[in-house]
Amino acid sequence: MTEPALEICNLVKHFGGVTASDDISLSIMANEIHAIIGPNGAGKTTLVSQLFGSLAPDGGKVRFKGKDITSLPTYKRSALGLARSFQITSLIMSMSVLDNVALAVQAHEGHSFKFWKPARKVETLRLRATEILQQIDLVERADSKVSALSHGERRQVEIAVALAGEPSLLLLDEPMAGMGAIESAQMVEILKQMKGEKTIVLIEHDMDAVFALADRISVLVYGRIIATGSPDEIRQNEDVRRAYLGEA
Amino acid sequence: MFSLSKNGRARNGWVNFTVLACTGVIPLLLYVAGQTFYLDLATRMVCLAIAAISLNLILGYGGMVSFGHAVFIGIGAYAVGIPAYHATYGEFDLIASYNGFLHILLAVAFSSLFALVTGAISLRTKGIYFIMITMAFGQMIYFFFVSLETYGGDDGLTIDARSEFPAVKLDNAIVMFLVCYVIMLLVIFAMYKIVNSRFGMVLQGAKDNEERMRAMGFNTFKYRLTAYVIAGALCGLSGALLGNFTTFISPEMIDWTRSGELIFMVLLGGGGTLAGPLVGAAIFVVLEEVLSSFTIYWHLPFGIMLILAVLFARKGLLSLFLKEDGDD
Amino acid sequence: MDTTLLFIQFLNGMQLGVLLFLLAAGLSLTFGIMDFVNLAHGSLYMAGAFICASLTFWTGSFLLAVLLAIPLAALVGLATEYIVVRHLYARDHLDHVLATFGLILVFDTLVHIIWGSEGIAVPLPGWLDGQVELFAGVIFPTFRLLIIVSGLVIAAGLYFLVNFTRLGMLIRAGASNRTMVSALGINIQFLFALVFSLGAALAGIAGMLISPISEASIGMGNQIIITAFVVIVIGGVGSMKGAFIAALLIGLIDTFGRSYLDTIFKLFMSPVAAETSAPAVSAMLIYILMAVVLAVRPQGLFPPKARG
Repeated sequence: MTEPALEICNLVKHFGGVTASDDISLSIMANEIHAIIGPNGAGKTTLVSQLFGSLAPDGGKVRFKGKDITSLPTYKRSALGLARSFQITSLIMSMSVLDNVALAVQAHEGHSFKFWKPARKVETLRLRATEILQQIDLVERADSKVSALSHGERRQVEIAVALAGEPSLLLLDEPMAGMGAIESAQMVEILKQMKGEKTIVLIEHDMDAVFALADRISVLVYGRIIATGSPDEIRQNEDVRRAYLGEA
Repeated sequence: MFSLSKNGRARNGWVNFTVLACTGVIPLLLYVAGQTFYLDLATRMVCLAIAAISLNLILGYGGMVSFGHAVFIGIGAYAVGIPAYHATYGEFDLIASYNGFLHILLAVAFSSLFALVTGAISLRTKGIYFIMITMAFGQMIYFFFVSLETYGGDDGLTIDARSEFPAVKLDNAIVMFLVCYVIMLLVIFAMYKIVNSRFGMVLQGAKDNEERMRAMGFNTFKYRLTAYVIAGALCGLSGALLGNFTTFISPEMIDWTRSGELIFMVLLGGGGTLAGPLVGAAIFVVLEEVLSSFTIYWHLPFGIMLILAVLFARKGLLSLFLKEDGDD
Repeated sequence: MDTTLLFIQFLNGMQLGVLLFLLAAGLSLTFGIMDFVNLAHGSLYMAGAFICASLTFWTGSFLLAVLLAIPLAALVGLATEYIVVRHLYARDHLDHVLATFGLILVFDTLVHIIWGSEGIAVPLPGWLDGQVELFAGVIFPTFRLLIIVSGLVIAAGLYFLVNFTRLGMLIRAGASNRTMVSALGINIQFLFALVFSLGAALAGIAGMLISPISEASIGMGNQIIITAFVVIVIGGVGSMKGAFIAALLIGLIDTFGRSYLDTIFKLFMSPVAAETSAPAVSAMLIYILMAVVLAVRPQGLFPPKARG
């Protein structure tokens, strides 16, 4: 952990009278799993959206690998190596699992202004996509339409799509949302494989998962970071207990 | 559940083939049997089908509800009419010509240019806005041609001589039909390639879930704009053919209700399917012919059918025969 | 330039502007509240004109005819909503435009069947048919002045309705937050039907007002409806204020463009070039304006506050 992969400096976002991001500053180190937790309405998704460019901050800066990306559009951030999974599953529902992942691989390979050769017959795309599906153990569902998958499987495809871009940083917005215990455990296993190899910002409600995975944890309450530290430090922290863990 | 079986794919291939073969062979057989009128009907149908197929790229595969697509038919038709007019009556030596290749070049070039400029503006918006803006740009060109008194303004312009090509004489009804039909086959083939290419995948992905596509790293705007320009260019081509066929062009070809009819053809046959727009165009032309022979009020049953189709049958008629899933 | 003529053109522009507003107001309401795209709004304009024409001949009085025709136009709107439109709210915009496109065909043909294919000129009573001298040298047709005045009065009435009545409160709430209105226990279906027929009445009034000038004819709404769309795009979908300002703006720009563009062009062009290009440019002027507005502000000049 030498230099920060992602730096958030004094980020501010208001919605009317509500301050959803209140002067947030945070450094995400390379190859760490950094969890951001907080009660509902703390502004977690707002933060992710600003990091990913789907929401413009009112103030502050976001730097990725030393480059200011605050006003970059989503697709350019993605090209730089940021990937995101959505809190509410967001996939190409009318296409197969393999198509979804292959599209993400295709995006990573550069422009797609190729009009003639059938995309589904491009070996490199298909092979790479299959490889990723193997990694998350979903290869047997490759040809199913996403709309036919279970909720848990769709969450896994979300991760596969995010991984396909070979991102250096993954923003995972509640990957376990709505999952049962078994599915959650599976997801934890998938993410564990990446520990130490990928930088991951993990927004999650499932505390067992967070404490099992995270290298560091930041606690967000009413748009402010009230504490950042190792899982043990966070467990001990008085403020956190009062503001957050206590009420759970 | 699973991707289309070999069986289903073969079946869809047969459906498409049957549609194509019927539209090509039946009019010729009728012509030989002495029913010359039906060949004209078929030529008109094929021209409209090319326009509908081009619209299908952005509407059916791209999810862009353009209500100004007929404008490209108009641009294509005037690209034939104006050079031919000057070749007959002088002035504008630069473009005055009966040369068919020049006509087609102009039709495609101006259609692409117009699509590029208006697409760049309208694709910045979505939903209702996009519908209304494409409509308004269509109407803009409508009034533009109305104001051009030289070319007949409101009353339109008769094309005195059809486009000239070496060895191909469009004045012959069978040749005219075959040229349009072959061009339609080529357009359908090109569409098949485009839709299944990387570009086509991006276009369809953006129709389904634009936010996700942007998150993957696609600049969806550029892909949509490219599709818009391709569709415009192909529709311009259909306009050049239609102008040659009818030998009469007028702003009325551009009216937004014409664009509505194109949308109707695409959706009636089935948006996002290869042969759907052709089926839609065929049904439209036949309906128009049959209904209007029964009653001068043929728009009434036509309108009621349209409303009923929206309320009760939303996937297009071809979907009754095609297997689910777009693996072909 | 002749200031008298300039002023008269200004009034002509205002007259077009208020008519556009009457059309755009109804469209904007249905967009804003029901998220519904109604291509057949122009048909309601046409219906108003024809109903008014028949009633004028039947009663012998244009004013009485208008008074009787307004509720009838609202009734046509109500019936349309009940039979077709109501079943489409939950659908996407593509379904809206297709079905209402079908409605246009139905309306046009029904008018053809009932009133025949010829246009109907609506006679005005003598006291409206003349001209008034507003002030020295400015002579303007009485009836056109009446159009402007009644348009502005209706606009004021709508402003009052939207801002100071319970119905208006619901309309404003509906435009910004649809789920909230239904959460309040309001009968949404009734509100929608009411708003739709209000829009139909406004479109109908526009048709009645124009019928003595340019007669009631089949398809008369199909051109002006696009201009009303331009008004809405420029003003901002769902904004009454935007619709009002944009309508007057479009009315004035269109009128001035048609009358003065060749003069302006002659300043830097040969007279021949000016006379050939000015009509083409003035015909496209409002669309160019729309393109410019969109390039700068894709949401229109006065976008309503964010939806919940």
